Amino acid sequence: MSSATKDELPGYKEKSQKLLREHDIVVGDTVSVKTDEKEFNGLLMPRYESSDNNHIVIKLENGYNVGIRTSKIRAIKRAEKHASHNEGYEQSDDRININSLKQYNNTRNSDFKIALLGTGGTIASKIDYRTGGVSAALSASDIYNSVPELKNYALIEPEAFLNEASENLKPSDWTAIAHRINDKVSSKQYKGIIVSHGTDTMHYTSAALSFALQNLPIPVILVGAQRSSDRPSSDAALNLLGAVVFALKASISGVFVCMHADPSDDAIACHLGTRVRKNHTSRRDAFESIDFPPIMIVRGEILEMNIQASRLSLKKRDENENIVFKPDFDKRVLLLKYYPAFDPALIDYAVAMGYRAIVLEGTGLGHVGRESLPAIRRAVESGILVFMTSQCIWGRTRMTVYETGRDLLDIGVIPLSDMLPETATVKAMWALANSDNTKTAVKLMKQNLANEVSMSIPLQR
Amino acid sequence: MKSLSVDLTDIKLTVGIEIHQQLASKSKLFCDCKPKDSGKNSISFFRKMRPTQSEMGTYDPAVVFEFGKMRTIKYYSSDTSSCLVEADEEPPHEVDEFSLETALIISLALNSIICDELHTMRKIVIDGSNTSGFQRTILIATDGYLDVNERRVGVQSICLEEDAAKLISDNGMVREYGLDRLGVALIEIALKPVTCTPEEIVTIALSLGRLLRASKRVARGLGSIRQDVNVSIEGGSVVEVKGIQRLEDLVKVIRYEMIRQHGLLRIAQMIKSRKTDPYYFGESIEDITGIMAKSTSNVVSKVLEGMNAIFKAIKVEGFKGMIGYEPYPGIRLGKQISEMVRFYGLSGVFHSDELPGYGINDEEVQAIIKKLRMNSEEDAFVVVGGPKDKVDFAVDSIIHRFKMAMAGVPPETRAATLDGKTVYSRPKPGASRMYPETDIPSIPVNRIQLAKLTGQVPKPMDQIISSLVDRYGLNRKLAEQIFDSEYFNLFEEIVTSMKKIRPTFIASKLTEDLLNLERRGLDRSTISDNIIVDIFCRIDQGVLAKESVTLIFEKLMKREAKSVEEAISVLGITTASDLELDNAIDFILKENLPTIYEKGFGSIGTLMGKCMAKLRGKADGKKINSILKAKLELLLESHIAKTDSDI
Repeated sequence: MSSATKDELPGYKEKSQKLLREHDIVVGDTVSVKTDEKEFNGLLMPRYESSDNNHIVIKLENGYNVGIRTSKIRAIKRAEKHASHNEGYEQSDDRININSLKQYNNTRNSDFKIALLGTGGTIASKIDYRTGGVSAALSASDIYNSVPELKNYALIEPEAFLNEASENLKPSDWTAIAHRINDKVSSKQYKGIIVSHGTDTMHYTSAALSFALQNLPIPVILVGAQRSSDRPSSDAALNLLGAVVFALKASISGVFVCMHADPSDDAIACHLGTRVRKNHTSRRDAFESIDFPPIMIVRGEILEMNIQASRLSLKKRDENENIVFKPDFDKRVLLLKYYPAFDPALIDYAVAMGYRAIVLEGTGLGHVGRESLPAIRRAVESGILVFMTSQCIWGRTRMTVYETGRDLLDIGVIPLSDMLPETATVKAMWALANSDNTKTAVKLMKQNLANEVSMSIPLQR
Repeated sequence: MKSLSVDLTDIKLTVGIEIHQQLASKSKLFCDCKPKDSGKNSISFFRKMRPTQSEMGTYDPAVVFEFGKMRTIKYYSSDTSSCLVEADEEPPHEVDEFSLETALIISLALNSIICDELHTMRKIVIDGSNTSGFQRTILIATDGYLDVNERRVGVQSICLEEDAAKLISDNGMVREYGLDRLGVALIEIALKPVTCTPEEIVTIALSLGRLLRASKRVARGLGSIRQDVNVSIEGGSVVEVKGIQRLEDLVKVIRYEMIRQHGLLRIAQMIKSRKTDPYYFGESIEDITGIMAKSTSNVVSKVLEGMNAIFKAIKVEGFKGMIGYEPYPGIRLGKQISEMVRFYGLSGVFHSDELPGYGINDEEVQAIIKKLRMNSEEDAFVVVGGPKDKVDFAVDSIIHRFKMAMAGVPPETRAATLDGKTVYSRPKPGASRMYPETDIPSIPVNRIQLAKLTGQVPKPMDQIISSLVDRYGLNRKLAEQIFDSEYFNLFEEIVTSMKKIRPTFIASKLTEDLLNLERRGLDRSTISDNIIVDIFCRIDQGVLAKESVTLIFEKLMKREAKSVEEAISVLGITTASDLELDNAIDFILKENLPTIYEKGFGSIGTLMGKCMAKLRGKADGKKINSILKAKLELLLESHIAKTDSDI
């Protein structure tokens, strides 16, 4: 038995793992494999977790990967030990380093500094064509190499803070990110803070930071990519450039999300952190502002403020001001979507589970079926806060229009106007953590702190 | 062309051919859109591609080259033939089953070793032809062979891949592509390089093409098959020539490459005799915008009108006379370099062997020589002008190209031109530009599935032709012609559904007649499958005479009619009723009585000619002939009876 550990044979299980261990072969080794039909020479590749255990994967000299059935292998041997990246790899003469792309050899603009906080998702990544592996690239030089134009704008100071797919992030991570941003903002060194983030829950984090970091002197911008940055067609670089231009030039402050405005590599939409939602699984323009147009569009170096922005109370950028820092969240808030077969027992169950607030995603103007009313009454009576938002996503709740709405209001359900269900959930967590009693929490919920409620909804989407 | 007179017999040629054949799948390889050219584009969007960094901090030369050109890419999407997948706005779907089966069947037919588990790879291509910036490709099989006459040709690899978007235009700043073709399933077959003559390569390509068509699973027609060739001669390197659509061009392209490569080797020999050290190339590069600004050259002033325009000069140590030296007509380093620079969108490039000239005078040349501190007896220089960023990038490439000139033939990718030559298109991509397509799980190849497919492996060509001869009563030549034609599937369809028409008639109309019309310079693209079916249907129903087919083809190909109906009315073809036919023939008989009485039955030839002149297209020739014959017999009989009675 050899010394090969599980980490050296990622994805290999049982039969295939045993075979490789017996021959002291690990991923990245150059191997020679003989089957009844032919001989394969190449590098042993990792396997994906869900793959079967009947094959090993070799990267052939022509660059293709092939799977070889273990039962067909007559002989297997290691021809060469896996070489680390800096040795044993010949750099051919006609390979060109990006630094020879002289068009970007302008002097770096170091007058302005921007902090780039990595939380996961990859704004820049590198491919190891040798093994096919893709890894995140978060060193300053990696980022400049990936997006050389950045040098023209500012000095970017990257920091790999977290490395999580965004579906794994929790309220405690929001708190940690908020602390790190607070440190950076308080250092007064930066024109703006950019947070790179996985897109799945980016709008939850942007809402959380909007409440945790109030009265921001400089803008905090979340940015992600819908196409991973290892692809030549990735949207990451332009999203990052848009965020940088916004961070440098915007006259307003607050928490924003910068992503593609449409399928073209042209316009970057800047959304308010509380009004944005991921509305598509895969498109570049998945992020949309709800009930309000994106507050700004960045095209190249030009910022276009939306005319509707004058309706909002927006915080001006003022580098002398101090942040109001409230980073805590109470995760005992349940987001519950009503649907025709909804079982009211779920509400009783939530009460028993110890939840402190329920955000209902009701139908239409803010309704649930009448069978649910008694359970909601019991919840309210037991001291739980019950809020109403709409699953229509677009538009405001208005619970005085129909009888069901009026009944719910009588019970004590609190309507949240056009606050997005996700934003409402995050805000409830924050309000509960930042108030001594439910009364104060309700008061906070009803205050429009970060444009989470649109006082007027413009006709223009 | 003079260069064709170069004696090629002593040059040892090695050619590897690669065939890209579109499959006749119902949906694209990685989405459910139909692979159809809808022609209508309703939506457009812009993209920019950027190279991806590898772990080494290095980039593939082909990829950096494209980035150096920094174009904006505009894509057009149609309502029906592309979706979010082609726009790179949605991950790929599962691999299309029909396409995968086809690739396996063809791999079996080519006696190849099929991979146990298939892995989809991403091959980086950032010229914009793929919205994702890479082409998805799957290695299906390796190490097969194909027997062509007496020769066994090795099959290196068989891949299933997605076709690229179709280039609509390129003005140097913006490239436009249509998305309809993107994602159409292609099978790529790479044959092992063989040492042979250009003509032998054509035979090999033809055999492979027939085998593919025999599977009845591949698309037919222009653009559905493309050949790339890797051409090398002894002492040189492999040059890839892409995009040869017609087999006829293959010989021309290979011959041109032989001459070009041999010429470059001869230039290299000359340079070597001079003991030049490539280390010093590019040692002296100077901005000469000031010198050029005074020039009265039109080319120069046009370049200087552009944004951020500059001119730079590069000293090339010991190259005097070498840039303009022509071992064969039209083959010289200067041309190779200007072709390369043109691909960066730059047109202002000159070298010292051609100067003074192009409106640049001796005074300016001397100023450049002085600025470069060069020895005008030994050294040469190259001048390149255009926007600053492009010029800087081009300068690096030019220096690199001169270093390569020492070795002779640089390994590069070239594109076939319409006149059978080749032009520079990009550096040859490294094998390193592939990495796994993680969005698609690996596909194990099931042995039972393979066994089932064995029954669908196409038969050898000989057997197929023989069975066509037997089944349809075609002669061998016609059987081969119809099989090779793009109408083969349509032919079989018509033959099986329209029993009244003889297969030989249909086959000859679809091959010889159409070809003849095309040779006269008419446009065959106007003849759609639907039009062909419409014509034969009318014949089958007896409402159209067989003689009209070619006339209708001609009208449509001349664009004098848009539909069969219109062609018929333009031609004035109406089907004559039996009564009309009788009357017309009677009329002709009456008019020609003297001849009839004189020649007797021997007059039928003349009469038939006159009838056809009047009735062509209105009635079937055979029918006219039989009526005429009967009437003539009757007439002669009564005439004889009459004359007899007179006696």
